[in-house]
Amino acid sequence: MQRILILGAGTAGTMAANHLRKELGSEYEITIVDQDETHYYQPGFLFIPFGTYQPSDVMKPTADFLRKGISHVNGEVASLEPAANRVLLTDGRTFGYDHLIIATGTHPTLGETPGLDSDEYGKTVHDFFSLESAVALQEALKEFKEGRLVVSLIEMPIKCPVAPLEFAFLADAHFTDLGIRDKVEIVYVTPMSSVFTKPVASEQLGDMFEQRGIHLEPDFYLERVDAEAKMLVSYDEREVPYDLLVTVPINMGASFVGAAGIGDELNHVRVDPGNFQSPDYPNIFALGDAASLPTSKAGSVAHFAMDTFVPNFVDYLLGLPMKHEFDGHANCYIETGHDKAMLIDFNYKTQPLPGKYPVPGIGPFSLLEESKVNHRGKLAFRWMYWNLLLPGRHLPVSSEMSMAGKDTDLA
Amino acid sequence: MPTTAIADKEIHVDAEGFMTEYDEWDEDLARILASNIGIDELTEAHWSVLNFLRADYAERGETPTLRRVSATGGVPTKELFVLFPKKPARKMAYVAGLPKPVGCI
Ligand SMILES: Cc1cc2nc3c(=O)[nH]c(=O)nc-3n(C[C@H](O)[C@H](O)[C@H](O)COP(=O)(O)OP(=O)(O)OC[C@H]3O[C@@H](n4cnc5c(N)ncnc54)[C@H](O)[C@@H]3O)c2cc1C
Repeated sequence: MQRILILGAGTAGTMAANHLRKELGSEYEITIVDQDETHYYQPGFLFIPFGTYQPSDVMKPTADFLRKGISHVNGEVASLEPAANRVLLTDGRTFGYDHLIIATGTHPTLGETPGLDSDEYGKTVHDFFSLESAVALQEALKEFKEGRLVVSLIEMPIKCPVAPLEFAFLADAHFTDLGIRDKVEIVYVTPMSSVFTKPVASEQLGDMFEQRGIHLEPDFYLERVDAEAKMLVSYDEREVPYDLLVTVPINMGASFVGAAGIGDELNHVRVDPGNFQSPDYPNIFALGDAASLPTSKAGSVAHFAMDTFVPNFVDYLLGLPMKHEFDGHANCYIETGHDKAMLIDFNYKTQPLPGKYPVPGIGPFSLLEESKVNHRGKLAFRWMYWNLLLPGRHLPVSSEMSMAGKDTDLA
Repeated sequence: MPTTAIADKEIHVDAEGFMTEYDEWDEDLARILASNIGIDELTEAHWSVLNFLRADYAERGETPTLRRVSATGGVPTKELFVLFPKKPARKMAYVAGLPKPVGCI
């Protein structure tokens, strides 16, 4: 009997557990541990501040998505002893393993930014990266009728790097619909030099900011929040005042990763980007946001990664070389307001380009271009997530990125 | 990759002027690169940052982020903004002859 232990039953851990249960016989025991008994559809958090979704739309019991034959443990991982092949939970239970998959994600960490976690949190200072904070922001937005709304991305990488942009677009549409857009100033503060990380997409998104009158404050590396004076202060002493602040707090991996010595400065697990194996311990793998990879932290990446991870991991268990190499494929919808969205598709090597997806020349989705079809795609994704993706059924799209249908002159 | 001539030497750079060949760099070149972006004198504090960047790159194959330079290299972020004003991550990498930092994806 060989023991496979999976830490984290979010998007990546659940998919991996289900796929592996299907592929492997009963000589392999699969155990999955999570501190939460609820599975959250995190992309839905974006819509909660605007009242489009309610909490019940984005939560379901974790156990409903795990196949028979997977043993499910509710508990919080306190520490990992990689040399002893052992994991300890905060309640004192210990689990030994032969093979470990870390899928504990990355999470907003307020304490990393001085002044962020004050009495004002949930009042004039917000985020929308947890259900609780998104609900508090829904209340605050109902009250907000005039003033300066500042959307602040503190540091990269974050999960879903387009989420703060989407929030700014949706806020613009929200205040326009209420007829008070002229009373609300929207400012987007980022440590990057432009709106997004990748050049062609960045130019397009920058133009969209201008058209909507969203003011960009680039190269702003936040040092602290002065919640009393309602002011953001950067390391080089620049100040940005706000009436309502919506931040994306610094995202960090689980602290046991750092303590075990297998992570980077933000506790994301160092892995081979082609096969997710730890260079330090060959029986440890990291999937999803928990891994330090040169691509976006997104559910779509975790999903595309399964097609190479699963056969690789089976070969690894059999002592064979891993033959497949993940290309870093990411695919993100960007909500742009008024029932429209854009779609971007990219990987480790190729930046997002205009074109059609998934069928070259036909679509139905348009890359790097706003359309209503894209928006419907984003909303339909929630159904696909619960019904196809998590249970480990196949989606009708290829996991490898394709250059067909893209305008490569711009690359 | 395009090349450019600096102080009689042909060096390989990317479209934004970041050096692409680790071994083409030397300290004289660093002084010229620094003056190109308005840093007239490289002090000891500059050198200790640049040396950390070069050593870390040699070991790990990627340009370290600001967070890594402060957490592992031991130079507070605040000081990095004084040494390499406004855009420290890019400026440090430029002067150290390393590829543009990817950091943010
Ligand atoms: C606002 C928002 C919008 C987003 N929009 C999109 C989008 O449009 N498209 C897209 O592709 N992605 C989107 N994402 C990102 C997507 O949700 C994540 O990339 C995805 O969920 C990553 O899966 P994961 O399994 O790595 O981590 P998660 O799904 O976060 O799962 C991690 C699990 O580990 C558990 N855990 C953590 N620490 C411990 C511990 N110490 N002990 C026990 N359990 C632990 C947690 O409880 C959690 O269940 C969005 C995210 C947010 C926040």
